[in-house]
Formats: sequence, C-alpha cells, structure tokens
Amino acid sequence: MKKTYKIDVDCANCANKMEAAANKTEGVKNAVVNFMSLKMTVEFEDGADPAEVMPRILKACRKVESDCEIEF
Amino acid sequence: MSRKQKTMLVRIIISAAALIALIFVPAEGYLRFALYMAVYLLIGYDILIKAVRGIISRQVFDECFLMAVASIGAIAIALINGNGDYVEAVAVMLFYQIGEWFQSYAVGRSRRNIGALMDIRPDWANVRVDGRLEKVDPDEVAVGSEIVVQPGEKVPIDGVIVDGRSVLNMAALTGESIPKDVAEGDSVISGSINMTGVLTVRTEKEFGESTASKILELVENAGSRKSRTENFISKFARIYTPAVCGAALALALLPPLAGMLFGSDPAWSQWIYRALTFLVISCPCALVISIPLSFFGGIGGASREGILVKGSNYLEALSHVGIVVFDKTGTLTKGVFEVNEIHHSSMDRSELLYYAAHAESASSHPIAKSIINAYGGEIDRSAVTGITEHSGRGITAKVSGHDVAVGNLHLMEDAGLTPQECHGTGTVIHTAVDGAYTGHLLITDSPKEHSAAAVRALRESGVERIVMLTGDADAIARSVADDLGIDEVHSRLLPADKVAEVERLLAEKPEKATLAFVGDGINDAPVLSRADLGIAMGAMGSDAAIEAADVVLMDDDPLKISKAVRIAKKCLRIVYENIWFAIGIKFLCLALGALGIANMWLAIFADVGVMVIAVLNAIRAMLVRKV
Repeated sequence: MKKTYKIDVDCANCANKMEAAANKTEGVKNAVVNFMSLKMTVEFEDGADPAEVMPRILKACRKVESDCEIEF
Repeated sequence: MSRKQKTMLVRIIISAAALIALIFVPAEGYLRFALYMAVYLLIGYDILIKAVRGIISRQVFDECFLMAVASIGAIAIALINGNGDYVEAVAVMLFYQIGEWFQSYAVGRSRRNIGALMDIRPDWANVRVDGRLEKVDPDEVAVGSEIVVQPGEKVPIDGVIVDGRSVLNMAALTGESIPKDVAEGDSVISGSINMTGVLTVRTEKEFGESTASKILELVENAGSRKSRTENFISKFARIYTPAVCGAALALALLPPLAGMLFGSDPAWSQWIYRALTFLVISCPCALVISIPLSFFGGIGGASREGILVKGSNYLEALSHVGIVVFDKTGTLTKGVFEVNEIHHSSMDRSELLYYAAHAESASSHPIAKSIINAYGGEIDRSAVTGITEHSGRGITAKVSGHDVAVGNLHLMEDAGLTPQECHGTGTVIHTAVDGAYTGHLLITDSPKEHSAAAVRALRESGVERIVMLTGDADAIARSVADDLGIDEVHSRLLPADKVAEVERLLAEKPEKATLAFVGDGINDAPVLSRADLGIAMGAMGSDAAIEAADVVLMDDDPLKISKAVRIAKKCLRIVYENIWFAIGIKFLCLALGALGIANMWLAIFADVGVMVIAVLNAIRAMLVRKV
C-alpha cells in the first residue's frame, strides 16, 4: 500500500534525513520525501497499518529534525 | 513571504544593524561581552535550542549543532585570548541565518511559480438546478451531467459541447498559445480556459479522471522518482558532514599534540580556530538544495511547454538520448488519411470528388472518410441509390443518375476498364463514371508540418540515430523517411515486431546513451515501457498514453521532442555546474582553512555565497521558453 502525506520541513538536507529516518522505521517498505513539493510518499509493508506506522515515522523524523511536521 | 520568513527577516535586520553599531561602541570588558552576547542570542537562539535538542536525540551532525559549536568555540577563543573579538562569532550566526532565510525564500518562490504555471485546477463547476446556476465542487458532478462554463472560467471536467460556441485558450495544457475555436459537438478538455462565449457541456468523465486532474497528479508526483544525481547528492551529504567533522577534530588535536611531542609551541587556540572554520563549511546545504530545485524547475518549465516529465530520473534520461525510435503513424505523420492528389481525371476535381464521396457516403472505412473529407461539401443521401459493396474491390452506386464505381484495380478490370497506373506512394483509388475511366485518387497519410524540422532539430541536439518503425508497406515507409531525412526504416512490422526491434536497438546502443521510443499512445504501451524512455504524443484525452509513457507531450507537434531534450540538457548542465561549483569551493575553503589562510569570515561567506549562487543558478532551469 502506498500513501502520500503532506509534510512541513525547512531545509533540503533535513528532508533527506527525514527520508532516511522514515525508511528505517518498522512497517515501512520504502519512503520518499520530495522537498520541493513537500510530500512524503510511504510504501507500507504488507499487513502494516498506516495509522499505527505513521506516528512512529513522525517520532523518528522529529528526532532528526525537531520542528518537522507530517499531516496524517 | 510566510510569517516565519517575515519574523526571521526582522531578526536578521535588527541583529545586523546592532552588530554594525556595536563595532563603533567603545565598550570594554564584561559590558562588551554582554552586548555582543545579546546580539548573538537574538540572531541565534533558535539554532542553539535546536542544537541542544540535537544533542539530546544524539544527532551530532545536525547543522545547528555544528554552527553552535563553531560560534561558541569562536567566543571561547576570544575570551581566552582576551582580545574581545566577538564579532566573528556573531557574524557566523548572522550569515548562516541569512543563508537559511534566502534558501527558504527562494524555494518558496519557485514552489509558487511552478504552482502558478500549473494553474489548471478548476475550482468549481456550474450546474443548472431549477433553472438557476449553482457552483458545486467538480468532484460531485456525475458523468453525463450538463455543466455551464462561463467566459473566463476553466472547463472543470472533460466533455462534449451541447450548446454554444466559444474560443478556448489551452496554453496551460499544451503550451500552444493560439486559441482554439469550438462549437456544438466538439469535445473540450478540462483545464482549458473559456474565453468568449457561454458553453453548455455534457460531461464524459468524472473529475478525478479528467485531463486536468490527471496532469496535476502527474506533475505533483514527478519529484518522487529521483534521478541518479539526486541520489548521489544525498549519499554525498551523508558522508560529507561526518568526514569534515572528523577532519576538524583531527585538525584540532593532531598538530598541537605533534607540536608538544617535538617540544615546540602546541598553539592550541590557533589549531582549534582552524578546526572551527572547518565546521562552518561542513554543511552541504548548497548542493542538497540546488539539485532538487534544478530538477523541479526543469520539470515545471517543461510542463509549461506542454511536456510532462514523470520524474527527474526521466529528465536525466532525456538529456542522454542517443537513439530516437519513432512509430511512424501519429508521430511523424498525421495518422489520418488524406486525398493528396488526383491523377488523370477527365473531369473537374470537385465534380469527381462529388461522385466519389457520394458513392462512399455509407462507408465508415478510413479511406472512405478521407474522400468525404476531401469533398468537403454536404452529402446529399437522397442522391445516392443502389450502393453495392464489392468486398476487397470497392463500391458501385448510382449518384444523381450516373453509374459510379470507386475502388481498386480489380474493380476497374471487372468493369472492363484499363486504369492508369500510379507512380505515387500511397493507396490508389480508381474511379469510373458511366462506364468510363475518370482517373484515380492518391490517398496518403501525410507527414506533419513540423516533422522534417523535428528530425533536423533532434540531430542538432545531439541525437545520433533516428529510426522509424511502421506497419506500412516498404515503399510508403521509404518515401516518408526520405522526405523527413530519416535514414533507418523498418517497415511491415506487427506490434510484436516493434518490441523485438526496440530490444535489438537497445542491445546495440552504447552504454551511456538512452533510447527513446516515440509513439502516439495507441497500441504501443508495451514498446513505450520497454524503451529506456517512452514518449507519448498527442496525449490530450488519451489515458492509456499518460499511464504508459515516461514523458507525455500534450499536443502532437514532433518539434516538442527536441525541445524536451534541450530542456533536459539545460537542466542537467545546471545540475552539474552546481555540483562542481559547490564541491569545488567547499574543498578550496577547507584547504585554505587548514592552512590558516581562510578565516571564519571567509568560510561563512563561501558557504552562504555558494548556496545563494547555486540556488539562483538552479532557478534558471525553470526558464525554458527560448531553449
């Protein structure tokens, strides 16, 4: 399952770090952050529940960039 | 400017003014320290807070942390040396913030610019309810409803005009600035702007399936397919910062320790200062921001020209195109049959066409249609009687009292006539009226107006090999290829043969060059996806093509292909310029910093300056009008 979320982040390198952090999160098969259009596309593992995975992604992202935002 | 940007700008201006003023204030000792620290905290408090958060979450290579270490280090050195030179530390923070502000402003601007370029999203649809017009969300309009499009409004949903005539501006969709006249019965595409008259349109699709929605979805998701260059830069950034920090640590420790070992002056503060200079240059911002910004601009600019590129990886592939393979029909030729010439006719052109068109009036065959089109006048069905189809031969009928036969060689021979042979290439249709031979029509699928120019332009933009594939007979294929200046033709191919042919070409081509296949989106999805780069032409309203291709040309002008290649080349040139420029300046500064030639001022100028120049350069990728 693939879903796209709106994000808010200030710098391009932070967006790259968010992408790396999201990819390391459990339940995520592949995540791509597009800094220019401020979007994060997450492909979930089979059977993973986005409602349960997304808070974990946000937490991981906050760790690398404290004032980032993901709308889900 | 967003509110965040405005506050930041105010902070920058106040701090800069305060810093300049302080230089002229003859304060000494604690007072001097306190004054400078006030400015330092004003400009840098958020960085310091983020740095502390970074330490808590163990993100030591966070750029805020690095800037904090560099500036606090500089303050510490000033305190230890007792020279009271705090200007440098404040300046580092100030310029860093200016850089960040500029970056956020530039990115915001290009986001909005591209957004404006792609301003085809319709806001509402007018639906007639109880005789009154009501604005509703286009999402709620069912297929087959009638909607009203007023002058100045965008067509919200694809459909057919049932009433009214107007002029449509489709520039945002196709890049074509000449408006199009439309009237009852014509189809309209969402995203076009109605300029003059009120139109009543019967919708044929749902909003989400309409052209405007499809295009927006495609453009918005374009950046998610990253190019090799972008991936390289993210990897580079991940290694660069820790490496520079490691080097800084080594620079701070090794030379002084070596000095102690050999009994000379360790000069701690000098080496630590050099190490702090390293930290200032350690942020890879210029690179990391300018590369996606260039691609974003390139893709945005291309879409303005009616060229939709589905991702930066495809833009990259487009810039390396070495072979372009055309599927002839619908790309280089119009894909519609036309009566091109009439030979050996004993009667007037229009008279002959009158008889032929009427005899063919009941047929739906493309050839018949082309004859009816060539005639151009109203078909009077009551004038035609006794239409007989002779399978594989043609048609005979009585038109206005005359016996008319229209068909191939065999039909003529059956009637005991000897038709003239034709030397042209195309489909030859012989005619006879009242038992006498009246000449033949030559029907061809003629090349598009710009096809020859497009082939030339492709060669000029560095495409080495241009190949034409077609299902047509060899003679027709050759003659088209000769007209257009294409030297490699493969004819009489079935759809499956086209895949095989493209695979053969893929195996032959040099490693670096990419192969682009250009099709009209009809029946060529397998080839489009097999090629390195699938380009679909004339995609207005063809969903299949939009799905299958990597690059979609909204209109059917083949010149757009070379334009797309040039846009891609320009974009990639900018990307490489930025990579070399940014990396070059950074390494130069690192070297100068290590030798003690560059101080922290130069380092921060270099860092911010490189970023500003790289961002401005990246914005150039958006300007593609005259490429």
